[in-house]
Amino acid sequence: MIVIGVGNELRGDDGVGLAVLRTLRDRDLPAGGDAVTLREATGEGATLMETWQGADVAILIDAVRADGDPGTVYRFDAREQTLPSQFFNYSTHAFSVAEAVELARALGQLPPHLLVYGIEGSDYDTGAGLSAPVEGSVETVADQILDDLHRYHQPPTR
Amino acid sequence: MSTKSNGTHSKTIKVNYLARVEGEGALYVKVRDDAVEEVKLKIFEPPRFFESFLRGRDFTEAPDITARICGICPIAYQMGASHAMEDACGVTVNGGIRDLRHLIYCGEWLESHALHVFMLHAPDFLGYQGAVEMAQDHPDIVKRGLELKKVGNEVMALLGGREVHPINPRVGGFYRAPTRRELDGLAERLAWGRDAALETLQFTATLDFPDFEQDYEFVALRHPDEYAILDGRLVSNRGLDVPLDEFLDHIYEEHVEHSTSLHAAMKARGPYMVGPMARYNLNFEQLTPLSQEAAHDVGLGPTCLNPYKSIMVRTVEMIHACDVALDLIDRYERPDPSYIEVTPRAGVGYGCTEAPRGICWHRYSIDDNGIILDARIIPPTSQNQKVMEQDLWHFVEKFMDLPEDDLQWKCEQGIRNYDPCISCSCHFLDLHLDRA
Repeated sequence: MIVIGVGNELRGDDGVGLAVLRTLRDRDLPAGGDAVTLREATGEGATLMETWQGADVAILIDAVRADGDPGTVYRFDAREQTLPSQFFNYSTHAFSVAEAVELARALGQLPPHLLVYGIEGSDYDTGAGLSAPVEGSVETVADQILDDLHRYHQPPTR
Repeated sequence: MSTKSNGTHSKTIKVNYLARVEGEGALYVKVRDDAVEEVKLKIFEPPRFFESFLRGRDFTEAPDITARICGICPIAYQMGASHAMEDACGVTVNGGIRDLRHLIYCGEWLESHALHVFMLHAPDFLGYQGAVEMAQDHPDIVKRGLELKKVGNEVMALLGGREVHPINPRVGGFYRAPTRRELDGLAERLAWGRDAALETLQFTATLDFPDFEQDYEFVALRHPDEYAILDGRLVSNRGLDVPLDEFLDHIYEEHVEHSTSLHAAMKARGPYMVGPMARYNLNFEQLTPLSQEAAHDVGLGPTCLNPYKSIMVRTVEMIHACDVALDLIDRYERPDPSYIEVTPRAGVGYGCTEAPRGICWHRYSIDDNGIILDARIIPPTSQNQKVMEQDLWHFVEKFMDLPEDDLQWKCEQGIRNYDPCISCSCHFLDLHLDRA
């Protein structure tokens, strides 16, 4: 299983994916060797597709712009639904998160399980630090992901 | 995106948000009485002030700080900054360390060109909104592109310590040089990459190109012994031939209202082009024999003046990059030490390398303790802005009678010919065709 935090810490709330990842490092992750890998990513699409290659379960966390209240958490089961690309279009990358997921779908390269968490950001200005409402969602999202991981985790059989 | 037409004589092409480019920008073209009246490539990303961040920092920090300017071409910034610091301190890096620099740069070219050729530019020619739509009908092309890009990433990851924003390059060389055995693994991948690039060139040769040749001044680095990537003199097809420290005597940068990125031009002659087409036209004879032969085979001679064919030129450069990388690996001897100690001294240093999109020029002043007093960086996309606008002007003039949708499509494509990295140039792209 792999959890991928996407973002840029130097662009305010864009760093939320990485903040969730850091929180998860201190949590009680499903045990058993390399059961869970935590990985940081910039959101460049082709690299994302490589990062989740081979994983049975992949969970992606990224900031979104969806005209909701800052801190709102959206959860998508990418196997079941198309990602709304406008949610993830704040990136300056020509080829980013939503395109990576849809391209992988078109090529039959989606992992067997792919969850995408989007957290509504408000401030993407240059500089470090999350805005208060976004900071407030970090623990909640980490908890949800922990639940997901334990649910998908199958202890090694002896 | 909109195209407005009032009667037959005037129109406006507007694209408010240009897709498939790095960063944020827009396009505006105004036509009155069958004549183009105004063309603007609008760039509205906020300026990023990297040159100010650099002042007061240690000279050894410049490669890591400037690498952050771009996620696609960090090596260009790291190398330019390192060379400039070495120049200021009177150090020249040669031999095995220079070879490793050449090798990691080949990785960056491959990675960047593969992304552009397959994901950003090919959909223009095949009539798809983007790579996702193209993948439904042409999965093999997309898969090949992703795999080629990955080969580039693997070179960057091994030599750079990681794919994005490499951490292993430093002033004077590398923190650690890879072992012979580590590089052997790459050779197999690069050999596959070279074959895949050769097949890709055959594919690009089947695309439809508009009849659109332009008269450009090309500017690129030239090295006596190789297709210049790392260093050389700055030359053009109209007589420029200068060392790096004289570049500013010949060009100027100016602020224009519709762009947060400075426009550059030649003092004597105006707009000039940098990038793959410039390198190709100026230094064709120095491409590897295989790359030259492959170009000939698909009817691409030593001169290419049609910017829409830049997709072929980039592909030739991918063949070249794999070919050169394989040769560098073949004769690799691990340099020990992996870097040259650089002792700071007060002075000014220059560095310029061929980023995937063209020359990226650096100048720094440092004091006796190696503290940066002043920094100036001229990235490739800012230098190409005027020539991109000029292309649009001439294209709309020539093809004004095309159906609106087609005209607008080709205008956008005309910008993507340059693979603009707006993020680097300041950091955006939205087309407006005004025929009101």
